[in-house]
Amino acid sequence: MNGGDLLALGPLIALGLTAVVVMLAAAFCRNHRLAVALTLAGLTAAGVALVCAWPLTPRQVTPLLLIDRPALFYTGLMLAAALVVTLLSHGYLEQQPIGRREEYYVLVLTTTLGAGVLAASAHFASFFLGLELLSVSLFALVAYPRTNPLCIEAGIKYLVLAGTSSAFLLFGVGLVYAALGTLDFARLAAAAAGGAAPGLLILAGVSLTLVGIGFKLSLVPFHLWAPDVYQGAPAPVAALVATVSKGAVFALLLRYVGQLPVSQHAALFTMFTVLAIASMFIGNWLALLQQNVKRLLAYSSIAHMGYLLVALLAGGRWAPAAVAVYLTAYFVTTLGAFGVVAVLSPRGRDADAPEDILGLAWRRPWLAGVFTLMLLSLAGIPLTAGFVGKFFVLAAGVNSNLWLLAAALAVNSAIGLFYYLRLIVLLFRQPAPAPAATPPLPRLAAAALGALTLALLWLGVYPAPFLQLIRMLMPD
Amino acid sequence: MGIQAHFAVDGLSLLLVLLTGFLGLMAVAASWTVIRARVGFYYFNLLLVLAGITGVFLALDLFLFYFLWELMLIPMYFLIDLWGHERRHAAAIKFFIFTQLSGLLMLLSILGLYFAHGRSTGVYTFDYPQLLGTTLSPAAARWLLLGFAAAFLVKLPAVPFHTWLPDAHTEAPTAGSIILAGLLLKTGAYGLLRFAVPLFPGAAAQFAPAAMLLGVLGILYGAVLACAQTDFKRLVAYTSVSHLGFVLLGIFAGNLLAQQGAVLQMICHGLSTGALFLLVGALDERIHTRDLRRMGGLWAVVPRMGAVALFFALASLGLPGLGNFVAEFLVLLGAFQVSAVAGVVAATGLIAATVYALWMIQQSFHGTAREAWKLADLNAREMAALLAMAAALLWLGLYPQPALDAAAPALERLERPGDFEQKLTKVTKQPQAPGCCLIPSSFTSLPSCKILPLIAALPVPAAALSLAEKISSRCEGLTIWKSGKRERRGRFSFHDFVSSKLTLLCFDCGYAALNSFAAIPPGGAR
Repeated sequence: MNGGDLLALGPLIALGLTAVVVMLAAAFCRNHRLAVALTLAGLTAAGVALVCAWPLTPRQVTPLLLIDRPALFYTGLMLAAALVVTLLSHGYLEQQPIGRREEYYVLVLTTTLGAGVLAASAHFASFFLGLELLSVSLFALVAYPRTNPLCIEAGIKYLVLAGTSSAFLLFGVGLVYAALGTLDFARLAAAAAGGAAPGLLILAGVSLTLVGIGFKLSLVPFHLWAPDVYQGAPAPVAALVATVSKGAVFALLLRYVGQLPVSQHAALFTMFTVLAIASMFIGNWLALLQQNVKRLLAYSSIAHMGYLLVALLAGGRWAPAAVAVYLTAYFVTTLGAFGVVAVLSPRGRDADAPEDILGLAWRRPWLAGVFTLMLLSLAGIPLTAGFVGKFFVLAAGVNSNLWLLAAALAVNSAIGLFYYLRLIVLLFRQPAPAPAATPPLPRLAAAALGALTLALLWLGVYPAPFLQLIRMLMPD
Repeated sequence: MGIQAHFAVDGLSLLLVLLTGFLGLMAVAASWTVIRARVGFYYFNLLLVLAGITGVFLALDLFLFYFLWELMLIPMYFLIDLWGHERRHAAAIKFFIFTQLSGLLMLLSILGLYFAHGRSTGVYTFDYPQLLGTTLSPAAARWLLLGFAAAFLVKLPAVPFHTWLPDAHTEAPTAGSIILAGLLLKTGAYGLLRFAVPLFPGAAAQFAPAAMLLGVLGILYGAVLACAQTDFKRLVAYTSVSHLGFVLLGIFAGNLLAQQGAVLQMICHGLSTGALFLLVGALDERIHTRDLRRMGGLWAVVPRMGAVALFFALASLGLPGLGNFVAEFLVLLGAFQVSAVAGVVAATGLIAATVYALWMIQQSFHGTAREAWKLADLNAREMAALLAMAAALLWLGLYPQPALDAAAPALERLERPGDFEQKLTKVTKQPQAPGCCLIPSSFTSLPSCKILPLIAALPVPAAALSLAEKISSRCEGLTIWKSGKRERRGRFSFHDFVSSKLTLLCFDCGYAALNSFAAIPPGGAR
């Protein structure tokens, strides 16, 4: 390993170091503000390191990690998401009856580190390491408000199911290794491309790894944990689960599946198609039945992962661009929606009941405006980032003649619209007779929400500069 | 990506933009005293929806068109949901989902066309003039047309897809109903005329009988249901279904007469239905009910309102002298030439129109008073708005020629390929001496852009060439393509494409791929 390798790993090293620094700082001097400031500084430093690493791409650092442009792009996206979550968490944790707040940020940092490792991994070992780093940090974060039984329940549910899915994943990796004698993605691809058809062992192995990935992405039928965990977890943590965790796994999936000839392989292609269509329809259908805002967002995120699979299946030159655009839009929107829930939350619980947002437009017009924009973006309405994302996914699907999937996406967008609009209707209802007192808006969270709203409108109205960046991710 | 902000206006667009501006003013007049809550946000939405509609009528880039198509939905949704009547939430959501789903199907078609064009020419673009004349397999063209037709038929609305309309129109505030009926429905008809038919002429010709059937069904079904309504506003809403059936019938009858009638019907329906909604709104503001069973004998109380309502009811039933009559007559005349059955059955819709229009007036303003209503008559603002609409309808009824002329060039381009080939054989069958150039007399009646295919069909190269030299100075809107790259646009010298292997595309009419000149030896030009 030389200087260049270290520079390429800069973002990950900065994240790891910051986690240690925040932990030590908490050991010597407990101060919530200090922890937040250190975390923000560390995330910014990681961002700077990322810019420094950009010219070095692509670079294979050890057999485990491949630092290329997509890896850096997704790491940057997750750094930004972690930054927003930190900003949102400060005010949220101040509001909640939680004794020790500093370790929370250590866990946020290790989550992001795990996500970064996943985005850069080119080997089953780093894949598993990254995934476990991510999962273990998230168990602790979900159950962080220890006195709240709902959070503990969500944490345990996540722990048990994530453990099970890891077992499937490891079994799958074992089968692939037994068949090929390698854990390298590139060698797996070479083996799969070389033969006429991959053997039963490889197919079974790959399918089992997809169980693990499907669990993390909460694709139907591996989605059962999602609504309970989203509902139980504190709102900023739910945002983290919905964005960083899923984004990292999707970045990995893009690389993993990009190596396999999915479109030529009927069995894999059918499997992904079934997963995508089931996720879209069941996610949206169950979202229709929800009253709780966080559960609704959980089911809607299941459907969104189904939409993303359409882009992935499309393959070709458009797929990486479509996934990148859609994920960015999804990050901005989901963080914003959970952010609004977080800042509205009174002491002791999250503001996820329909009564909490009833008539919000007349009590807190700016916050309601932000929430409306986020919901419209989730529904993919023009002038918002979600529209650009949906457009790219549809374009990728149509370009590859995936008409069935594209039509399913169109139909599901209309179904989705129904429950997003229902929430917007709630926001604009006449105020309830006695409006519940909402906590004042924390300054950091307000800054985060403002930035997200601007990003959403900027991506929706003038996406050209962003698309320029995305173009650099496309294979030439 | 090939997306650009390409706006353009021709006679058809201009008429509809004028209508948008005019009905926008009427909508403001209708909201003057009714809207008391959240006034700023209300006018924000009103202006945004008008901006979206204007953009739809002007956009010539398909992505831009879709963008604006969707953009006009959100403010309309808020207008219905926040300022509407009792059952507004359900109506607003229904409206939004119907239009959004059909819009997404159109987006799929737009993308399909984008990639089909890109694959065949190497140029990936959403630009409408370039996409005209894309070579598609018949099956592909049929599917793509269906996507566009889904969006436009839902918006129009054609009969099986109309169920959002009565709810949305009834529950919207008065200005919302005026914009919905007067303008939003017209975007569907405009989309058919501008995009669906010219982009896929062959598939549209195949689809025409089914579309005409839907049009006739709409005329009858809308009229019959209108007769059964007791809610004044719902009644007017169902008359829209009937009137827009004429538009659909006219567009797909495929001849100039019927299509001119369809355009005129779009404008006249906007005016007459807009005025009726304004009247219902004024009445509702005063007596707080729209139930026809509780009205009656209002003429004695509010004579001015009664007289104006009678005028617009007569316009709605198609009284000669008013614009709607001219429009419906032209549509029926044109449709009769294509299918006598369709014309005859559609004409019976006029009888039903008479029934519902007269019944509406009889229930509300004539007869004996069922309740002792005390209300103010129309004030100066309302009278001014209604009289302006009445004047416009009278003008269109007595002297519709300027409107017909304005729309004609855009419509002439829509003629089916079959019609054009007929004209072509007529021209070329005329006697010609070899080496001598004959410009047929019917030539001048063809739009200039149709000339080029005609040259290709002339048997004698020399004649063809000199003919082409004569007309090349007349023919604008031509683009010369040299090995897939655009070389020059506008006026050109005929030798430009005789001397080398070039493809000519005429963007004015969408007639494409005219490279038979390559067969002509270069020396033949002199």
